Amino acid sequence: MMIADPRVPPGGGASGPRQARLPARAGIGLKPEHFRQIVDTWPNLGFFEVHAENYLVDGGPFHHYLGRIREHYPLSMHGVGLSIGGESALDEAHLDRLAALLERYAPQSFSEHLAWASHGGVFVNDLLPLPYTAPTLQRVCEHVDQVQTRLRRTILLENPATYVEFAASTMAETDFITEVVRRSGCGLLLDVNNVHVSCINHHRDSYAYLRALPLAAVGEIHLAGFATQHDAAGDPLLIDSHGAPVALAVWDLYAYALDRVGPVATLIERDSDLPSLDVLVAEAAHADSLLGVHAGSAASADRRPDARPQPCPPGAPELAA
Amino acid sequence: MSAQQQFFEALLDPGQAPPAGLSAWNASDPATRFAVYRNNVLVSLIDALADSYPVTQELVGEEFFRAMARLFVRAEPPRSPLLAFYGEALAGFIERFPPAASLPYLADVARLEMLRVRAYHAADAGQLPAGAIAQALADAETLPDLRVGLHPALRLLRSPYAVVSLWAAHQGIAEISAVDPYQPENALLLRPHLDVELIRLDPGAGAFVAHLLNGETLGSSVEQVSLAHGDFDLGGILALLIRARAITSITTAREEHR
Repeated sequence: MMIADPRVPPGGGASGPRQARLPARAGIGLKPEHFRQIVDTWPNLGFFEVHAENYLVDGGPFHHYLGRIREHYPLSMHGVGLSIGGESALDEAHLDRLAALLERYAPQSFSEHLAWASHGGVFVNDLLPLPYTAPTLQRVCEHVDQVQTRLRRTILLENPATYVEFAASTMAETDFITEVVRRSGCGLLLDVNNVHVSCINHHRDSYAYLRALPLAAVGEIHLAGFATQHDAAGDPLLIDSHGAPVALAVWDLYAYALDRVGPVATLIERDSDLPSLDVLVAEAAHADSLLGVHAGSAASADRRPDARPQPCPPGAPELAA
Repeated sequence: MSAQQQFFEALLDPGQAPPAGLSAWNASDPATRFAVYRNNVLVSLIDALADSYPVTQELVGEEFFRAMARLFVRAEPPRSPLLAFYGEALAGFIERFPPAASLPYLADVARLEMLRVRAYHAADAGQLPAGAIAQALADAETLPDLRVGLHPALRLLRSPYAVVSLWAAHQGIAEISAVDPYQPENALLLRPHLDVELIRLDPGAGAFVAHLLNGETLGSSVEQVSLAHGDFDLGGILALLIRARAITSITTAREEHR
């Protein structure tokens, strides 16, 4: 399972769409706007990630393109709808649908959030915060167990970006996450942007926070951009918007995380103000460079090097600088 | 009431105070911080509706649409984490929404847009080869008893309004000033390959497809449609369905052509 040794040494292990784990390379989120360009150009990326819920449809272009792309790249499926932190029982029908989707696409990784998103049968489409208490810990561990049992795989749980804290909390977030990982055996999806956002929002040292996480369990890293607002006291309140390039402070924290964790699959997350595919591929290439992947030698997940963008043909006029 | 219940109720009700027990490191008013969640929920769901209903939004303008969507989200929040089909109840909501009463066709345009989403994500199915279709239709004796199976992506909307023309005008295909929204139109949605196509059917063809979708036999469908529509062109609609790869099976009581 991916948790036994989540770290893949650079250049080590089998590569390609059928390998057991996500490669220690950068990937990007798969967006319908980019479907055609991806299958036309097969960009040099380590993997793609999709929101599982978007693919719980019967057929049509989403499955057509994901099926084709899956033949060329490793895949990460990221759930946003299980509401693992919810007080309500998990939605078993939803778990069944996810199990069928995982069966169909055999992704290298499935991840979810330390958060809740549904209550009383209503889904609010946001990742809501939890008080860190013994009863919450018990509930989250039970839900993670239930998910892992039903999906027959170890999942990665993502550390949250939060805007409020709870007076009722009796544990630090890092201790809470460490306990969930220890008790349930799940892995950690280390969202470095969330670390930065939450630590600014709650006035913590992001480097100390990161060190306090169960870093041996990290199976994937997320990087994203945030927006800046201010709270009622005028202090910065960062919003995990996924709508901007990765910030410099987050790249620095990422480099620090890599020093501690080792090279690990890293996603450039972008869900709004979507730029062109090339911009995301360039951001991923920057992550690859920090991962120690060299642009010239990186083995593409794609097995069709002829389909990659070609250099200028011999004899083509050079563009003036 | 549990803390999560309180949090949840305050999320969707702007009149409620933020839930008790929230804190911030600088002791600032947690209402500002809680508002981030309220905003995330509303904006993400309004955005989901705007994605599904672009023409509806264009017909009323972004400001009106988003104000209406805000009320809709609070009245009908999603009951599933699958957001692709969120807002299926919007057409009904529009019909009961007094500020939209001056655009009586708006609800049907919204219906058409959700049918497009449904057609886009519908199951895949192989078409019946043209040869098999021709063979099945060639036998005059069995013809009336045939049942025509249609592609799961096929959708039909028979509207008292010019929904196809209104939709087309907003794609730049037709001139909006030339559209009389009060002309009845039949919209047929098809997905021959990956793209959803929208076709305007004449009234007879629209009625015919409706009968087929009801599972009625070819004979019964043609008979009923011909009574009401003297100019019904059976060959035309069958050719259209074949060209759009929309016929997935032709069966009789005795045998099945697949």
